[in-house]
Amino acid sequence: MVQKVNKQITLKDASKYFFNGMSLMIGGFGGVGAPPTLVNLILEKDLQDIFLISNDTGFPWIGPGKLITEKRVKKLIASHIGSNPEAGKQMQDGSLEVEFVPQGTLAEKIRAGGMGLGGILVDVGLGTVVEANKEKVSINNKEFMIETALTADVSIVYAKKADLYGNLVYDKSARNTNPLVATAGHITIAEVEEIVPIGSLDPEEVITPGVFVDFIIQSKGVDWKWVWELKQGTRSQEEQPSK
Amino acid sequence: MGLGIETRHKIARRAALEIKNGMTVNLGIGIPTLVADYMPSHLHIMLHTENGILGMGGSPVTGEEDGNLSNAGGYPVTIQPGASYFDSATAFGIIRKGLLDVTILGALEVSERGDIANWIVPGKRVPGMGGAIDLAQKAKKVIILMNHTDKYGNPKIVKNCSLPLTVKEGANMIITEKAVFQCINGKLYLREIMDPYTVEDVIQTTGASIIVDEQVSVFQ
Repeated sequence: MVQKVNKQITLKDASKYFFNGMSLMIGGFGGVGAPPTLVNLILEKDLQDIFLISNDTGFPWIGPGKLITEKRVKKLIASHIGSNPEAGKQMQDGSLEVEFVPQGTLAEKIRAGGMGLGGILVDVGLGTVVEANKEKVSINNKEFMIETALTADVSIVYAKKADLYGNLVYDKSARNTNPLVATAGHITIAEVEEIVPIGSLDPEEVITPGVFVDFIIQSKGVDWKWVWELKQGTRSQEEQPSK
Repeated sequence: MGLGIETRHKIARRAALEIKNGMTVNLGIGIPTLVADYMPSHLHIMLHTENGILGMGGSPVTGEEDGNLSNAGGYPVTIQPGASYFDSATAFGIIRKGLLDVTILGALEVSERGDIANWIVPGKRVPGMGGAIDLAQKAKKVIILMNHTDKYGNPKIVKNCSLPLTVKEGANMIITEKAVFQCINGKLYLREIMDPYTVEDVIQTTGASIIVDEQVSVFQ
């Protein structure tokens, strides 16, 4: 009986699923919608050599950026690291291996992984460095690159609401890459603002069906308002917030 | 050498003239963001963002920001009636399918054939391409807003781009503080000059072959 399912776990239990050298996919866009409580949990565990897949590296102290700043990441696949100078520095000194993927292609590679596909055919980036080492096929006389699907050992996402089965509802533009990332983890853990009983979500509003989600944890609150509050204020975004 | 705020706004005001009723438009970060301020309010324009909004509105009043509603740069925004939210795959499906009428982007270099370089200076600045390649390759019309020259006074409109490309032959229009160009079939046409610059100024500071219209108009 689905009513007996309860995927909510404690942070302590969630912590068991993170390990050295894991591939980790994190939802979010520019820090917005990246699960801060789970990122902090990974930091506390003192893990090394993470292979991170994320749209971007957020800011040095927001979103996936923290894992970079604390030097936990060995390899990164992302579309953009420009808002996180620490990522750029580590890339230049060779301590962080970075593979850039055009943003839309990255989203589709993750979606393909989550949907059980081997890859996708894309023409975005033909005629640029994106083309390098890519296998190509011609379909109806149009050239496409083969882009392989991405999955990860663990996916972590942020959602507004979850029921105990793990059905997820997102909020406005904090949805971004989260529904894609949620499908592409061998284990998917969702950090949510509000956990509700099974049956209290309208099936029409569910964006990620709970079958993709293994565990849910209660969020301790989000950190990404810093992105714009710090820009308006006097402090640099590169500084660690005091609270 | 950055552009003064008035110059940035003038470029944005000129770019806004390219946006017509009913269009779906994506504005990049920097001067392109300012274009929204100059779009006539009686037009029905759907602004698209890479992070998953179609029908984005202006900035919220102070105190009414929503941390879960931002543009691709992370700044708080509002929405217009008829707006929708969606995930990143759909956001880029809209781009890839060619549903954007106009995208307005910044650039480091543009060639006379319309090649655009705007995402990497190897060994120096390596931010990644973000959505720039998707946008520049797939939008129906690509408008570049940028300084006419770099901080050393070197032309940014060149015969051939020296930096890695974002797209080959992607730019349709270039608007700088000095001039407005159109790129058609691999050739660059000077259409307008920005007051107070002259055609001579523009030719001298452009590193590419330009075809000068017989009657170049002046944008005030």
